[in-house]
This record gives sequence, C-alpha cells and structure tokens, in this order.
Amino acid sequence: MPTRAEVAAAVAEAHRAEWGFVLASTLRFAASIDEAEDAVQDAYVRALAAWESTGIPARPGAWLTTTARRRLLDARRRDATAARHLPELVGQDDPGPEPVDPSDGPWGSDSPADDRLRLIFTCCHPALAPEARAALTLRLLCGLTTAEIARCFLVSEPTMAARITRAKKKIAQARIPYRVPSIDELPERLETVLDVVHMIFTVGHTAPAGEDLVRADLMERAHETARLLHRLLPEEPGPAGLLALIVLTDARRAARLGADGAFIPLEDQDRALWDRRAMREGTALAKEALRRRPLSRFALMAAIAAVHDEGSSWEATDWREIVGLYDVLLGLWPSPVVALNRAVAVGFADGPAAGLAAMARLEFEPQLARYGYLAAARADFLRRIGRLDEARIAYEEALVLTDNEVERAYLERRLGGG
Amino acid sequence: MSEYLILIYTDEARFPEPVGDEVDPSFLKFMSDNQHVLLGGAGLQRTGTATTVRRDGDGSFAVTDGAFAETKEALGGYFLIDVPDLDAAISVARQIPQPWGGGVEVRPLRVRS
Repeated sequence: MPTRAEVAAAVAEAHRAEWGFVLASTLRFAASIDEAEDAVQDAYVRALAAWESTGIPARPGAWLTTTARRRLLDARRRDATAARHLPELVGQDDPGPEPVDPSDGPWGSDSPADDRLRLIFTCCHPALAPEARAALTLRLLCGLTTAEIARCFLVSEPTMAARITRAKKKIAQARIPYRVPSIDELPERLETVLDVVHMIFTVGHTAPAGEDLVRADLMERAHETARLLHRLLPEEPGPAGLLALIVLTDARRAARLGADGAFIPLEDQDRALWDRRAMREGTALAKEALRRRPLSRFALMAAIAAVHDEGSSWEATDWREIVGLYDVLLGLWPSPVVALNRAVAVGFADGPAAGLAAMARLEFEPQLARYGYLAAARADFLRRIGRLDEARIAYEEALVLTDNEVERAYLERRLGGG
Repeated sequence: MSEYLILIYTDEARFPEPVGDEVDPSFLKFMSDNQHVLLGGAGLQRTGTATTVRRDGDGSFAVTDGAFAETKEALGGYFLIDVPDLDAAISVARQIPQPWGGGVEVRPLRVRS
C-alpha cells in the first residue's frame, strides 16, 4: 500500500491535472455550481483516506468523478426523503434543474472532453463580466483557489470572492446554460473563450506582480486548454492560432531568465536554449491556422512569433516581415497594444527615430496610460540613439507602472546604464 | 422554462411621435415570428408622460413629473417571454427591431404575480 506521503502527492497531482475534468463531468449531474464544487472537493478529501487503504487508482480522475457523483446522488436521495416528510417546505413549482441532455451541442458525444468544453463556454459566457470570465475559468476549470486568482489579477481576496460569487449567482439566476453553443453561435462565442485562455497565458508569461516573472502553472493551464480546444474544434481558425502562439512563445521560456533569475530580453537571449521541437510544432500549427478563414488574430500573432523564432539572431530577424504582419493584424484587431508592438517593430526595421515617431502617436491613448511597456519601449529607443536624459525619465515612468520584481530589476539595471 | 423581461431602450429624440395604437411593421413581424415564446408586451407613451412617485423616509409621497431616471435612452416598451435559458432569451432579444437605434436589456423574472 502507498505511504501517506505518496497518497498526498498523488492527490495533489490529480488536483493539478484533473480538477477541470472531474468538476466538468460532475457539474452535469448537479443542481448548481456550488453543489458540484462541494462534491468534488469532498471527493478529493475522501481520496486521501481511501487511497491509503485501497491503493492509488489507475485512473484517479475517473475515481474522483464517480465519488463526487455518488455524493451528489446521496444528497439528492436525502433531499427526496426530506421532501416526502416536509412537502410544505419544498417549492411545488420548482422541479429542480432539467437534466441536461448529454447529446446537446454540435458534437453530440458524451466524452469528458466535451464536459470541459461545456464548462469553459459557460465560464466565458458573454453575459458575464469580462473580469469574471477569467476568474471563473481559473477557479472551475483549473482548480485555483480564490486567493490564488486574486493574486493573478492584483485584487484583494474579498473582492475576488465577491466577483466569483456574483458570477455564479448570475449563471444560476439568469440561467446561463451549461452547453456548447450551436454551430451558428460558435465563432462569436469562441472569441470570448480564446480571449480568456490568452489572458491566462499572458498573466502566466509575465506575472503582473510578485517575485517571479513567470507563473508556470498558469502557462501550462492555458497551454492545455488551448490544446484541448484545438483538438475538439480542429476546423476553427482561432484555437489553432492560439495554440500556435502559445507553443511558439513558450518555446523561449528557458532563455528568458538568467542563472541569477534576471530577465533577459529577446534581443539578448541565448537562442540555443530555445526549444526547437516546440518551434517546429508551433510553426506547423501557425501555417495551418493562417490557411483557415476567417483569419484569426491569434494566427497572425503566432506568425509574428514564428518570424522571431526563425531569426538565427536578433540582427537577422526579418523586421520588415514583422511590420507587415502587424499591419494586417492592426486592420483585423485595431488595438493600441498592437499599435505599440508595431511601432517597436518599425523602430527595428527603420531605425529608433522612426520607432519613436510611431510611438509618439500613441502617447495619449487612454488604454495605454497605465501600460508600462509604452514607457519601457520609448526608453529603449531613446537609449539607443543616445538621448540618455529622456531615456532615464522614461525608464523611471516604466518602473512606476510595474509591480513585477524581475521586471523592476531589469528596468533598474537599464536605468543604471547596464 | 424560464421567463425573461426584455426592456427596450431608445433615444426618443431619434424617432417620430407615435400616432394612436399604430405599431411599426417591423414589430408586427417580430411578434409573429416569436409568438410561441411571447407572454406579453407593450409599447409605452413617451417619457414626457411619465410621473414618478417616491415614498419619502417619513412615509409621505413625493410626486414628480418625468421618468424615474433621466437618461438619453429611455424605456420605450417591453416583451415578456418564456424560453429555456439565457441563450434562447438573447436570441429572441437580437430579433427585436431597433429602427431608431438603442438597445435592449434582458432580465430573468424572480416571481410573477
């Protein structure tokens, strides 16, 4: 029989890897999200004791799902008994939630992957506030605690708890269905899902605050979810593009931090540390995504990442190609952040002065007012053309706008002339 | 099935004064397309006809001329529908004609008299 420590490790691993799977398949049998969450939580607690005497099951996810569902049924039976004895206390008109037909939705199969798809479409429903969508996805699909989610989004734990409670209440009261949207709604509904997965990846790639630059767990959850979406919706351009973007960006992970934990910008990275296999996979995915219509913005972002990855060195990067791709992206997705990235690419294609001119037009964009990368990019170009006093002011501005310790250390190093 | 109220908001300055009980043909089409889910509905007189009645803290009433909230886009009418879930309600809401712009709000009912 396994030791207590082995069981604890197996339960922790099952929590990391299977929470979304277990919750999604339990939710179909539950009257509410809270009921499902309680049952799943309880199944994990029971696993700690049970696996010590029975051994760790071959398929922990299946064990946990069965246990959680059984607990729901037990509770249902208890409630039914109570209802027989206390009929006047139970609402006569409320038959409870209608059983969800597992063949709902365009894929019509009963596989657990479909359950997770249902779950993510519910969490990312456009009727929910955008900031609640990501929080619910992290909580229900990825199993993060409210405290962890609060840290990701730089809000206090009570604020985040209130946000999640409010979203769950809306799902129940406005009856947001637990279902994959129909084919004609899909493109539009998929967009909010991809936004959330991309946001989780971005937050993981450069944590907004804290001592670590990277939150590997968030990157991995986003990576897995994008892969799941692509596997389940292989014909859709968005998931292929997003997966390509994530794979290509993540391929550089080992080169982003020095041995001392310091941030290394793309320009100075040791390209031998880039994961070639991931780059091949990402490039193939990006090509596939670029062929599909309508063209997804993620496919274009992946194409840009692929051009960076193809360059044998920073100097050999095809900046002209990158500017061209940003032009197409800007037409498709006119966002100030894209315009800023384009301006940076212009700076490397046509020289720092051209980059600064392109950036000058963005100074008064309200969306960029608290966006530290504008100041950091301006500082970088000012430094390159020797306008050091102005560069210093811009670095100081960028420092005010980041709470990530590793980024701060990098900017301070630059400010000190390093 | 669940009941939802669809509240229709429009900028009154942008559409002509309605005459009598005339209904815009686009609404007649909407109502016939959705008759299986419609429980009721109404178009309202303009906000210039509205009277607001508020109960004061001391139990007396303050009666004032005008709509409850002065907004550019005012409540102009509603439909009450019965559909399975929010997605179905949104798809009905999308079909509401909006010849003069504006938007609609979809709210689940809690209780009904």
